[in-house]
Amino acid sequence: MSQETTAAAAAAAQDTIVDEFAFFGDWTERYQYLIDLGRKLPPFPEEWKTEAHKVHGCQSQVWLVPSGSAERLEFAASSDSSIVTGLIALLLRVYSGRSAAAILATEPRFVDAIGLAKHLSPTRSNGLAAMLKTIQQYARSVSAG
Amino acid sequence: MSSAFDPQRWRADFPVLRRSVHGKPLVYFDNANTAQKPQAVVDAVDGYYREYTANVARAVHSLGEQATAAYEGARDKLARFLNVPSRDQLVLTSGTTQAINLVAYSYALPRLQPGDEILVTQMEHHANIVPWQLVAARSGASVKAAPISADGELLLDRFEAMLTPKVKLAAVAHVSNVIGTVNPVAEIARLCRARGIPLLVDGSQACPHQRVDVQALGCDFYAMTGHKLFGPTGTGALWAKREHLDAMPPFFGGGEMIRTVSFDGTVFADPPHKFEAGTPNIAGFIGLGAAIDYVENVGIAAIQAYEAELLAYATEALQSVPGLRLFGRARQRAAVMSFLIEGVHAHDVATLLDHEGVAVRSGHHCAHPLMQFFGVPATARASLAFYNTREEVDAFVRALDKVRRLLA
Repeated sequence: MSQETTAAAAAAAQDTIVDEFAFFGDWTERYQYLIDLGRKLPPFPEEWKTEAHKVHGCQSQVWLVPSGSAERLEFAASSDSSIVTGLIALLLRVYSGRSAAAILATEPRFVDAIGLAKHLSPTRSNGLAAMLKTIQQYARSVSAG
Repeated sequence: MSSAFDPQRWRADFPVLRRSVHGKPLVYFDNANTAQKPQAVVDAVDGYYREYTANVARAVHSLGEQATAAYEGARDKLARFLNVPSRDQLVLTSGTTQAINLVAYSYALPRLQPGDEILVTQMEHHANIVPWQLVAARSGASVKAAPISADGELLLDRFEAMLTPKVKLAAVAHVSNVIGTVNPVAEIARLCRARGIPLLVDGSQACPHQRVDVQALGCDFYAMTGHKLFGPTGTGALWAKREHLDAMPPFFGGGEMIRTVSFDGTVFADPPHKFEAGTPNIAGFIGLGAAIDYVENVGIAAIQAYEAELLAYATEALQSVPGLRLFGRARQRAAVMSFLIEGVHAHDVATLLDHEGVAVRSGHHCAHPLMQFFGVPATARASLAFYNTREEVDAFVRALDKVRRLLA
């Protein structure tokens, strides 16, 4: 499904997310769905929860592990916060399995569209902005190499 | 038995308490972070800017005199509020942090020798740890922390045992910002005095909740903040014994803190002005003066009694939430409750409570060593004020139960 590495595929993933969240009436449903998405992420190995994998600038703990090459980058991530883990699940749907070029060309417009924009504000320090920066930095570093 | 104290009577004075958040009535339980301001404080700040904006102590014109009278009047009010023996022993600062840093750099640093110690407790706010670490690093001294019990009470015998001749200063919180423990400061001061060790008390969390009498406490330094006392941010004070203030060199240099300046040598003003370089937060302190008038009108004894009742009610109500762990069960406690719900991150609790209109803080509360003691990275914290009600506690507990079901 997410074999497609292009920016167009990332854009399509964002559209799908926006459609999914359009169904929800109140905040409890939106967060319930977000938390459930986090629970469905593949298990994140305990031994990956190292200082080197830690994303700084988050109030909760977030670990992010990149792999692959500029043609196709994969990310695994986890957090001790259920809400942040849900946000991670969304970010990975958009950014993981894309090319470095597609990652750098993709703005996370879905965050605004699904009413979670406050999570992107740098003052929230809950990790979404920091994670995104880490993902983009990694994409930039493999492109340069 | 319920007291005659009626929080509804006072709530009406706080404009922010009328607003809603996410369509729900605001339940403001983050008072230990900063307190809301009554209309009288807003009016006092507004009045200064509208009617008599001028600098203090350097103008003979009418506006300058009016501003100076209001600003110095706030010093008088605060001195009376804390039962400071003399107004010139009260240094106005930007808050507790600046007050503690002033003592660290002007009092402690010149006296510290390699091997000396500064004794604090495990429950301190970073503002009462880091300044000491900074001056310790410069002088070769070290900072030691006295342990606390599982209930969050200072182990007084251990504290006493740590008061060795190496200790050049002790610094303790009057009230813990995380778990509300009220430390037996008068007893601590007695132990310190018997050994000739000066004691600083961080009163940031005490002043809004109980009568503070610095002379009765018997400490050497008392640091406090105005914004938790329903005053503007950027206001606070340091009380110090006169002998200490006289011996301390100025921390900041500049205008307003001198008697004469020449390139052959400058003569400093007397305390407190030698510690108050530059134009102060005039509007802020005028607001703080109004806040003290307001609190004294409500009555600090009545506030203390009502908050004790509300805390007992809230503590019991919280027990009804399944999987909830309350941190700190000191016998003497201010209206601060730190908690976690099993398997749920504190930030998630605070994020979702916000959607129900409930404002609590989540995180480490600037007290990493205390978090390490409890073995958790963060807690959620509900902190109450006299304008909070039982109905708000009920709404909070209902919201918490909803959040728990969503997250657990």
